[in-house]
Amino acid sequence: MSNFISLWQAAITFGTVILFGALGELITQKSGNLNLGTPGIVYLGGIGSLAGAFFYENAVEHPSAVVGVIVALICAMLASALGGLIYSFLTITLRANQNVTGLTLTIFGSGVANFFGGSLNKLAGGVGQISVATTSSGFRAVTPLSNLGLPGKLLFSYGFLTYVAIALAVLAAVFFNRTRMGLNLRAVGESPATADATGISVTRYKYGATCVGAAITGLGGVFYTMNYIKGTWANDGTMESLGWLALALVIFASWKSLNVIWGSYLFGILYWLYFYIGGLSRYSQELFKMLPYVVTIVVLVVSSMRQKKENTGPAALGLSYFREER
Amino acid sequence: MNKSNASKTPLIRIAKRADMPRWKGWLIRILAVLLALVVDGLLIYAIVHLNPVEVYRAMYEGAFGTSRRAWVSIRDAVVLLCIGVGLAPAFKMKFWNLGAEGQILMGGIATAACMIYLGTSVPNWLLLIVMAVVSIAAGAIWGLIPAVAKARWDTNESLFTLMLNYVAIQLTSYAVACWENPFGSNTVGIINQNNMAGWFPRLFGQTYGLNVLLAVVLMVGMYIYLSHTKQGYEIAVAGESQNTARYAGINMTKVYLRTMLISGAVCGFTGYICVAGASHTISTNTAGGRGFTAIIVAWLAKFNPFIMVIISFLLTFLSNGSAEIASRFNLNDYAAQMIEGIILFFILGSEFFINYRLIFRGKEDTHE
Repeated sequence: MSNFISLWQAAITFGTVILFGALGELITQKSGNLNLGTPGIVYLGGIGSLAGAFFYENAVEHPSAVVGVIVALICAMLASALGGLIYSFLTITLRANQNVTGLTLTIFGSGVANFFGGSLNKLAGGVGQISVATTSSGFRAVTPLSNLGLPGKLLFSYGFLTYVAIALAVLAAVFFNRTRMGLNLRAVGESPATADATGISVTRYKYGATCVGAAITGLGGVFYTMNYIKGTWANDGTMESLGWLALALVIFASWKSLNVIWGSYLFGILYWLYFYIGGLSRYSQELFKMLPYVVTIVVLVVSSMRQKKENTGPAALGLSYFREER
Repeated sequence: MNKSNASKTPLIRIAKRADMPRWKGWLIRILAVLLALVVDGLLIYAIVHLNPVEVYRAMYEGAFGTSRRAWVSIRDAVVLLCIGVGLAPAFKMKFWNLGAEGQILMGGIATAACMIYLGTSVPNWLLLIVMAVVSIAAGAIWGLIPAVAKARWDTNESLFTLMLNYVAIQLTSYAVACWENPFGSNTVGIINQNNMAGWFPRLFGQTYGLNVLLAVVLMVGMYIYLSHTKQGYEIAVAGESQNTARYAGINMTKVYLRTMLISGAVCGFTGYICVAGASHTISTNTAGGRGFTAIIVAWLAKFNPFIMVIISFLLTFLSNGSAEIASRFNLNDYAAQMIEGIILFFILGSEFFINYRLIFRGKEDTHE
């Protein structure tokens, strides 16, 4: 039983990182922008929150957790939205190739984050590992509900961002299906020429969706940095692999934000399963770590075999729109 | 120009350029690189307060300062070049092979396995040939799997190849755990350190001479294949428009499979060069992100292998040079990736000014 609880909790933790990442990418893709920079943006969000909290905690004598959390969130969303802005400027205004720009953003984001994550403390004249314990404790604070025995452990033992993620996914579903703006955004992704003809500003929607999407993706990095590694930095590439999984999850969830919720927790379970299968040697554990990737491949192949119209992505996904080239 | 007319015309309009002379295009690209180098210099100045001229001198010293360092840079640039050469046919066909990392690792595992299990039981020249063949096969299979799915069911190849990278990384971890030496170190260590079985022999008196020779052969071979053969032409047509290709009677399934077989094979072969010709060990870092960087090398060079040489050397200079600065100031060398990213952003952005021209309001008549 305790094994089950800890698998569940580990799955929710990594699932939340993936959920934020996939949700942001989903919003971006609805506008027709395929942003392969998701891992880079997750990194930017992570380092943004860490840097913000670090400077805040160093600047004041008695840092407060609440202020730290707010500062970290603002810095993270700014940093990751900036990543989205670079991508938007290059692909929308300067019409660069989306895939190549996205990959470059991933290289850039991972470089920036790992460089400052490893060096920030040294540059500020400190010694040892960077740590923002106060802010991290704010992110990890739980309500008294978590003491309610089993349900408390399973449902209420997580930081507030876990619930924000679910709420955002539900909100996104309402936004896409019930609001004029969401409908316009989908039109831009399906057929930008048609949307343009009806007077929707394609450029503005694409910029908006990409930057807002990036800000949400960045929250995944915040959750990883603040909740999972508790306000320190680790450059072991886990954030990058979670970012790629988030990208895959968008297809897995067939571009529906409610599917993203359960999909991300499923990926979380698959990610950690190797740890809880009994009797594995160290060698075979390495093989079982393949699980989330192999499952993704199988899903990709199976879903492409039975092409259903409603399960495919926006029709103009990955294509740039130039009014002059109609 | 009257007022109402002025308010209708936007301040800046964009028009496609008819055709820009080649030298002008390259001038714009070079300007973009210079601009990026200025930005990078300022960034480094902001972090370590080293004046920008000094920065680039230190970077040059780090990358080419001594003959040993220069050869390390050449070795690294050659690997980047080989991967770029391998990716070129796939990307020219618009098949998004993001799986070079995995294909390199598979080639690397195959090479390391031969070195460990065959060792000195066969003559070294034979061992080197066996290793090459096995690594090419391993890379080719890893490239072929997503191509089959793409050709048969139109499966999204970019995600498929990405996920295969992680499968290959886990296979590498598994292999590392199995071949661990010394026990408990979680690394394979230098393979065949005593007898150097399966190591590249010195060529032209240089440790990395053979690496360079193989890269040149690959580069020239790929150039001829892409621009002077029927198959290369088919790739070009398929990349421009699949409908045109089908109309012209090109069998897309065949082109997909054949091209990815070649792409994967070259990447696998690069894994062989990495393991047998450089590190003499295998780890999950054997590819080290170069599979992604090389995509950009190939793309920016417009799939011309000779231009890839220049870009590979530029990127290697930046990464080895900034590693030097980082170590001088006791910082970590991820700075290289950051700097690389900035340069690439600038080059990507510069393409716009090569393909399009801006027309400012009221300047219509004076321009062309």
